[in-house]
Amino acid sequence: MAEPVLRVRALAKQFGGLAAVAGVSLALRPGEVQAVIGPNGAGKTTLINMLSGDLRPSAGRVELDGRDITGFAPERIARLGVGRSYQKTNIFGDFTAFENCRLAAQARHAPARLLLHPALRHAALNEAAERALATVGLAARGDAIAATLSHGEQRQLEIAMTLATAPRVLLLDEPLAGMGAEESQRMVDLIRRLAETHAVLLVEHDMDAVFSLAAILTVMVNGRVLASGAPADIRDNPAVQEAYLGTAEAAA
Amino acid sequence: MQPPSWPVRIALLAGALGLALFPLVAAPFYLQLVAKIMILAVFAMSLDLLVGYTGLVSLGHAAFFGIGAYTLMLLSPEYQAANFWLSLLAAVAVSAAAALVIGALVLRTSGVYFIMVTLAFGQMLFYYATGSKRLGGSDGAYIYVKPDAGILGWTPVDLGSRVQFYYLALAAMLATYLLLRVVLRSLFGHAIRGIRANAHRMRALGFPVFRYRLAAFVLAGALAGGAGYLSAAQYGYVSPDLFGWQQSGSVLMMVILGGMGTLFGPILGAFVLVLLQDFLGDLTKHWLLPMGLFIILAVLLLPQGLGGLVRMPRRAAAEPEPEAADG
Repeated sequence: MAEPVLRVRALAKQFGGLAAVAGVSLALRPGEVQAVIGPNGAGKTTLINMLSGDLRPSAGRVELDGRDITGFAPERIARLGVGRSYQKTNIFGDFTAFENCRLAAQARHAPARLLLHPALRHAALNEAAERALATVGLAARGDAIAATLSHGEQRQLEIAMTLATAPRVLLLDEPLAGMGAEESQRMVDLIRRLAETHAVLLVEHDMDAVFSLAAILTVMVNGRVLASGAPADIRDNPAVQEAYLGTAEAAA
Repeated sequence: MQPPSWPVRIALLAGALGLALFPLVAAPFYLQLVAKIMILAVFAMSLDLLVGYTGLVSLGHAAFFGIGAYTLMLLSPEYQAANFWLSLLAAVAVSAAAALVIGALVLRTSGVYFIMVTLAFGQMLFYYATGSKRLGGSDGAYIYVKPDAGILGWTPVDLGSRVQFYYLALAAMLATYLLLRVVLRSLFGHAIRGIRANAHRMRALGFPVFRYRLAAFVLAGALAGGAGYLSAAQYGYVSPDLFGWQQSGSVLMMVILGGMGTLFGPILGAFVLVLLQDFLGDLTKHWLLPMGLFIILAVLLLPQGLGGLVRMPRRAAAEPEPEAADG
């Protein structure tokens, strides 16, 4: 089995007296989809925020290719090849979809002639942006102002921007949030395709999507890992059924 | 991300042409007034880079204007002319260096705190200049001889001539406008607009936001220093007021009144504000009252500033069509 590209060891985040995340460990390999599931408030987004550098961990370690990146600033982690998308769509609403991706591609660009090179005439960046839009199925929407896109399209754009930064690891925070059935299916197909070339860590509520996509599931409850393993094992795990799946079904 | 639309470009060209021909008809007083306005327009454009494009509302931008002005004063020998090119270069360099140091400190704050801290730095310099004997204290100091722009016996511009100084100010304004246009359509320019729109997302994408902001702050400080230098050269006089919050506030007003994030708006704002002040000042000594009313009305009725008047028709017309490529 390939060496993990992203390894998390006993990661913890304390907010005052509240242990939002406590002792979470996982290892993500290239070409693998892993999912973190759990009820609201389980600490899933806090976990992703620590991996992306948005939050500084209270304890534990994050390693990228064996290198300790714990507590690095988000821009540094992004440039090392960890891209993230947000649960709440976080795009540049006033810019076109193309410019959103072009800007994202620029993030990894070496700053040669930064002040003089016309941004829109940079062929490599334009190509990277077009490619990212095409990958998520927004090729025809490049000229649309991002804020005017439909919710589903904005979710796609969110992913496209992350892709345009050419990451090796993708952290996707609820990519299916608020999507209709058809849009969800397209997004699931997209994530499956992305997994061929990226290591993907997914936080998601949609159980069908999670079980069809992920090779390994980590179930979090109250900041701790309740169980971790293959989808079939997780499904049969009585503790998980009681803590999470049961309540989810009851709510549905 | 739009470059100026065609109506704006034509208006700018016509404006530049009009300003170039103005000395043929103008009385000396107005020549001097318009030269002063064009210098303030450089100052206002430099602030627009921060306020309108990087999203940094500074209330202490006069600090760099003052530093540029005082640099010329300090470099001018008492009864001799300073070398124009060297002292201008020094004024820009000193302002840029000051902006680097001040920026590295103030950019650690954001929002209201940023406004307060920039204000504090401006006032600090104001009080320093007020108290310093070397700088002339609260009375300010004179520059008795105008800088000499001669290179090896050839003098491209005589700063003592009103008309030639006018053209120097016009050239400075046009050069600043073109320089900032190049910067704004560059990779850097797009990045700072991204930072203004959503700094958090820019960091998540991998942009070192602090360094970009600092670079913008330094560039704006350097240009403001150049404007301050020209202002000191025009009047041959510097005073602590150049650093003061009134000066910072009035240039911010030019940017807002003219339309932030347009670059040509601040030029317009500088003209309207100074001419109005001159016009109202002639009518009544209570000119601040109608001036205040005008500004309140302008801000209420023209949220995009005066520049928005020129841009609005294009917005509506451009809606059905995709965005035009940068020209």
